[in-house]
Amino acid sequence: MADTRTITVTVNGKVYQREVETRLTLVDFLRHELELTGTHVGCEHGVCGACTVLIGGASTRACLMLAVQCDGESISTVEGLATGEQLNPLQQAFQDNHGLQCGFCTPGMLMTLTEFLREHPAPTEIEVRKALSGNLCRCTGYQSIVAAALDAAQRIREGA
Amino acid sequence: MKPAPFTYHDPRTVSEAVGMLASLDNARVLAGGQSLMPMMNFRYVMPDHLIDINKIGELAYLRFEGAALHIGAMTRQRELEFSAEIGTRCPLLHEALAHIGHRQTRNRGTIGGSLCHLDPSAELVNVTALLGGTLHAASQRGTRDIAFAEFAAAYMTTSLAPDELLAGVTLPLPDRRHGYAFVEFARRHGDFAIVACSALLGLDRNGDIKEAALAISGLGHAPVRPALIERALVGQKPGGAEFKAAAAEAAKFEATADAYVTSVYRQHLARVLTFRALEQAARRAAEQAHG
Amino acid sequence: MAEKSFGKPLKRKEDPAFLRGSGQYVDDIKLAGMLHAAFVRSPHAHAKIVRIDKTAALALPGVHAVFGFADLPDSVRGQTLPLLMPHPAIKQPFMPYALAKHETCYVGEPVACVIADSRYLAEDAAQLVEVDYEPLPAVGDCRAALDQDSPLVHAGSESNVAARFPVKVGDTDRAFSGAAHVFREKTYQHRGGPFFIECRGAVASYDSPGDSFTLYASSQGSHRLKRCMLDMFDLGDHQVRVKTPDVGGGFGPKGSFYPEYVDVAVAAQALNRPVKWIEDRRENFLATHQERDQYWDMEIAVDRDAKILGVRGQLIHETGAYVPQGIVLPWITATTVPGPYVIPNFKLDVVAVFTNKIQTTPVRGAGRPEAVVTMERLMDRVARELKLDPAEVRRRNFVRPEQMPYKVGIIFRDGRPVTYDSGDYPACQAAALEASDYEAFPSRQAEARRHGRYLGIGISNSVEATGLGPYESATVRVSTSGKIVVYTGATPQGQSHKTTLAQIAADQFGVDIKDVAVVTGDTATISLGIGTFAARTAVNAGSSVHVAAIEVAAKAKKIAAGMMECLEEDLELAEGYVRLKSAPDVRKSLREIAVKSIGMLGFSMVGGFPPGLEHTACFTPSQSVYSNGTHVAEVEVDIETGAVSFARYTAAHDCGRVINPMVVDGQVVGGVAHGVGNALYERMVYDENAQPVSTNFGEYLLPLATDVPHVDLVHLETPSPLNPLGLKGAGEGGTIGSIAAIVSAVENALAPFGVTLAEAPISPQRIVELLGEHALGRTQ
Repeated sequence: MADTRTITVTVNGKVYQREVETRLTLVDFLRHELELTGTHVGCEHGVCGACTVLIGGASTRACLMLAVQCDGESISTVEGLATGEQLNPLQQAFQDNHGLQCGFCTPGMLMTLTEFLREHPAPTEIEVRKALSGNLCRCTGYQSIVAAALDAAQRIREGA
Repeated sequence: MKPAPFTYHDPRTVSEAVGMLASLDNARVLAGGQSLMPMMNFRYVMPDHLIDINKIGELAYLRFEGAALHIGAMTRQRELEFSAEIGTRCPLLHEALAHIGHRQTRNRGTIGGSLCHLDPSAELVNVTALLGGTLHAASQRGTRDIAFAEFAAAYMTTSLAPDELLAGVTLPLPDRRHGYAFVEFARRHGDFAIVACSALLGLDRNGDIKEAALAISGLGHAPVRPALIERALVGQKPGGAEFKAAAAEAAKFEATADAYVTSVYRQHLARVLTFRALEQAARRAAEQAHG
Repeated sequence: MAEKSFGKPLKRKEDPAFLRGSGQYVDDIKLAGMLHAAFVRSPHAHAKIVRIDKTAALALPGVHAVFGFADLPDSVRGQTLPLLMPHPAIKQPFMPYALAKHETCYVGEPVACVIADSRYLAEDAAQLVEVDYEPLPAVGDCRAALDQDSPLVHAGSESNVAARFPVKVGDTDRAFSGAAHVFREKTYQHRGGPFFIECRGAVASYDSPGDSFTLYASSQGSHRLKRCMLDMFDLGDHQVRVKTPDVGGGFGPKGSFYPEYVDVAVAAQALNRPVKWIEDRRENFLATHQERDQYWDMEIAVDRDAKILGVRGQLIHETGAYVPQGIVLPWITATTVPGPYVIPNFKLDVVAVFTNKIQTTPVRGAGRPEAVVTMERLMDRVARELKLDPAEVRRRNFVRPEQMPYKVGIIFRDGRPVTYDSGDYPACQAAALEASDYEAFPSRQAEARRHGRYLGIGISNSVEATGLGPYESATVRVSTSGKIVVYTGATPQGQSHKTTLAQIAADQFGVDIKDVAVVTGDTATISLGIGTFAARTAVNAGSSVHVAAIEVAAKAKKIAAGMMECLEEDLELAEGYVRLKSAPDVRKSLREIAVKSIGMLGFSMVGGFPPGLEHTACFTPSQSVYSNGTHVAEVEVDIETGAVSFARYTAAHDCGRVINPMVVDGQVVGGVAHGVGNALYERMVYDENAQPVSTNFGEYLLPLATDVPHVDLVHLETPSPLNPLGLKGAGEGGTIGSIAAIVSAVENALAPFGVTLAEAPISPQRIVELLGEHALGRTQ
């Protein structure tokens, strides 16, 4: 008999209650239980950052969390960034600066930057690169992502 | 890469947790998960019981008492990083924390987890060795204080008994006037250090070294406290020639080798980083003296 | 027709979905009743399979099946995976079975396939499958594999040689015998894997009444996969559909056909339920194709003025356990060596060697980066020996623009002679040197040295064959709703086809790109296709879309002229209409025209046109078209730790006319980052038993945002005369030139210590080793 728990989790403001196997990782829970497939699996050992979500506003590798550990927690994923059809300033900055190519690392980048820009509204390029060092990208060479982050920071400061 | 099945436990108190450790076979403690979860995902480790201690509130604390800093095992690295008081009273710790992983790993990672995982080059392990920290273990049999030197038993193996839980650590605070430094060499930002070196230097009124402490990580299973080098520095003027001599001695320690890094290179880095750490600590000590 | 979209940095149509997290990658596919696969893989580099015991695995609740070789259907058992690029030089065309038959030849080779209710359960069961192996001697080093008494990679084979072939032009013996100077350079180069962030994966479903399969795969060419499936299962065209969803990076190896695709299809058919397999990262290290070792032993002969008389040498190329892409990779490497230089006499003897490791196939750059490193090391050597500026040595040897088209004299992988169609190599280098402030570098370097810091600068020039044939397909269709769609066999993994191909079509119709849908990589939508790799899509698919769109636009005008009773030349297409230029309100919509074009029941077709408002084109290039670039890397080396950091990086590139400059810039910068990885960080370490040691991202180092330079880009545009839009490929140039420039720069930084470099990647540890006593620096 599999070991299970019933958990209640809030994701992007919506409350979910599910019974899950205790070994189910948070990223698999989001993707397959809740069918929020925007959070991606890239390595399952905590290096690539494709699975980055915010738990209580703190950026976290969802592949290194068990779903059962998130009982009672409030989680933000990429699906919660836009408002209806309207991309948020960070997302729009990504599009405007060609900050994505295959799109696979992108949700993780967005969540990492959401926390970072909240805490560092006027970052330097070096600070942005350091902040991104926990997220791997193989397509862009990071330059356009850095540009998008700096552009987003400016837009947010200007009240976009 | 999915973990093998286990029975999950989430105790709310230390008492519950140590009860589980005493009675469950093949059990592992889950703290921040940044080291254990990858091992479980790879199935390098397959516990039958997972004891998640993240809900034990009494294990998360940060207290300055006199000349010591008391930190609960479940205090997140992020909390240490954001503590303004640590910034003023033990800036060495902040300098070390800047090298630890990435924001995401520090948001979850704990000081207790890092100490118990005992990676040879872990920054928090190095600082605990440098400051001569005391580890506090809890079990059904009571509490036990373990000096750091006795805590690191072997490669990634602590001297905790199977039924013991690390509850916290006490770090003697360095003298405010001491110069400090934490330097490391890693391949990329946030990577594990290949070699790390921390230093504390206290100067007397003449500007001579009256106290010196060094901790060099990455050579053996635990940070090396090179007593002879430390003693030899006392009474010396802080300067190039003395530091070169100290650095040359630091290169003589035995060092491990693996598929990526030779022992010769580790020894070389020990020399280079010891020199840089002493230089940096001396600069800061001088600033403290004149500032 | 005014170009409204072509050449503009238009924002991508792909982005909103990706940014919202609603991309559809293969692991996002969920089919009713879907089961999950996990593989049992050989833990030995070389072994005989004695016995497979599935009992314990099958007993686990939630497990539906365990397949070994013996359980595969007849047609699958009876053949190895197809070798799609055969060549007479391949004497021993070893290819794998869908599951190992008697022998496994690399760690990670699939031996059995477990199907269960979840991936978690499938992995539990996979651990319970008991396989008895008899380990055999294994070979890990491709040079050792050539020894007389080396163990054999494939038991019972005649040798470890997969193929030998020469690439040559002129008479190198004569050229060398009279030469003023001859210099020899031996280099070791190691590249690594693609390491896309999305691992491989496939979902197979089987329709029993129709006896047909649908395969979703994270691939680079749906049609290629379909062709292989037809062979493996002995099926007709109507019985297999391959559809590639969004792909999270490919970089070459997702273009291969893998055993796992066959295995999930076998399982889907046997169980009559869809089966999903998603590669995990550990499998990715073991079982996804990669590039690996090359050993070069080269000589260059120059006259007194540093003009090249000849280049000759040997290349030992590691092919791994099998040859799924024939000798394409070493052939590309060999034919890229001459680069932008006039080399009248050239001879390279290539031997592709088996080892008991995962097979090597093209990874971004496809062997060209290694060729550039080899040639540029020779050029640097000439400069050093003759005490000339490295830029000057290169200048003296460039193929000049007036020599275009320039016949290099050797044969490319496509069977055609290497003929550079266009390009201005001297101008490209000049532009790069100007932008990187090369002139002032010596004083920057001297100033740094005064402060005990070591700066170095390195140049590389490269010419790359792009736009590889045979073709790419495109159908442009205006449906009866008036909406425009482009179907193509191109199969993107981030290259922005849905935007760039729309840009090309949109201009013919006078519409915005939002009015052109682009559907890629689905064999049900277009019968022929090749795929997206080798920097070929802009040229081939772009040209096909262009040609097809012109045809459709012309037909629309013809039909409209008939409907409006006017002359075609008085009409223009704009905004979804065909209208009179002189009176734009007089018009017919594309919808009306399309409806007209499909005819009406009972009436003959008007005007003798074939029905439909669509056209399919397969632009077939006469040869590859040649992009080129110059990279200038400026680095600082910390001689005490060996750490390398970037002071500056400049990339000048020429890929002909550019559909979307933002997209091209992204390709170049991304490629440079990959080159940084290959120059300084990426190494697949194996032990002496060919056991992979590097099997996680903590040990195999990919470059982070803090490791890559900001790349200053310089654009040149020499259109190709060989396709209607003047396009050339851009996808790999960044990788091709960067490794050589970085190695050269590091060597330049270490020049005061007499250190020369003959390898890539180069690590801090290695730099300290080469520096010897000098690495003690200030601690001395």
